[in-house]
Amino acid sequence: MVQAFAFYLFAIVVIASGVMTIAARNPVHSVLWLILAFFNGAGLMLLLGAEFIAMLLVIVYVGAVAVLFLFVVMMLDVDFAELRAGFARYWPIGALLALVLLAEMVFAVVAWSAGGISVSPRAPVAHDMPNIQALGAVLFTRYLYIFEAAGLVLLVAMIGAIVLTHRTRRDVRPQNVSKQVRRRPEDAVRMTRPPVGQGVEL
Amino acid sequence: MIGLGHYLAVAAVLFVLGVFGIFLNRKNVIVILMAIELILLAVNINLVAFSAYLGDMVGQVFAMFVLTVAAGEAAIGLAILVIYFRDRGTIAVDDIHQMKG
Repeated sequence: MVQAFAFYLFAIVVIASGVMTIAARNPVHSVLWLILAFFNGAGLMLLLGAEFIAMLLVIVYVGAVAVLFLFVVMMLDVDFAELRAGFARYWPIGALLALVLLAEMVFAVVAWSAGGISVSPRAPVAHDMPNIQALGAVLFTRYLYIFEAAGLVLLVAMIGAIVLTHRTRRDVRPQNVSKQVRRRPEDAVRMTRPPVGQGVEL
Repeated sequence: MIGLGHYLAVAAVLFVLGVFGIFLNRKNVIVILMAIELILLAVNINLVAFSAYLGDMVGQVFAMFVLTVAAGEAAIGLAILVIYFRDRGTIAVDDIHQMKG
């Protein structure tokens, strides 16, 4: 009973915040609605017993991706009213496409629940261990190489983002570490022994 | 009782909302990226729901990989957005002709 109530609560809030994400006038509000959608999506996954994915959703999406979005939205000084100019022009074609897509999906679910393709579970859910342990047992054995590839994807994304946004500025004088490290005492220091009463020739 | 169909319905609505959002905000590339995140969230809900109801952990493994790719995509997309804005002073994507021909 309480599960059904929680499901409908999460489902209604996730759909409502999805609507607000794409319809909000201010992109900052859009990001905040997106965060709410992710929290409730994590709640939906929690109800299914996938605690690890739910926590990952909160950590990765809310903690990293949404904050990145918020950072970029606030950093870019954009006239957002001008960007919404085509709103009225595009919504009929968009609504048509969305309706067609939704009809297709409903049809797919109906066809699937009518039975047909038989699926054989290959990695059955073990009920005697926690979700994280079960996931790790699959992830670090059969999907180890794909797991490594996922790490590689993240590495490429990180390097790509740094390379894309990095620029050498002319108006600042940054620290040149290798030049500092290369500098030897012979180049920088001169030993003199001036006679008494005379100064040092510079 | 909540069945698999309920989850699939929620995910389908969320997916359609994402696609609709791309069409609705054709000019604002930030909201387009957010709509793509909504689509990926819908995909993840589908994967986890099937994983739970079919009793197969592989769905959750792949939900994790989708999450990884989504994070990388957001980072690269926003980086491209930042350099585009630095270059042009606007992010209106419907007049990007720089890469034409």
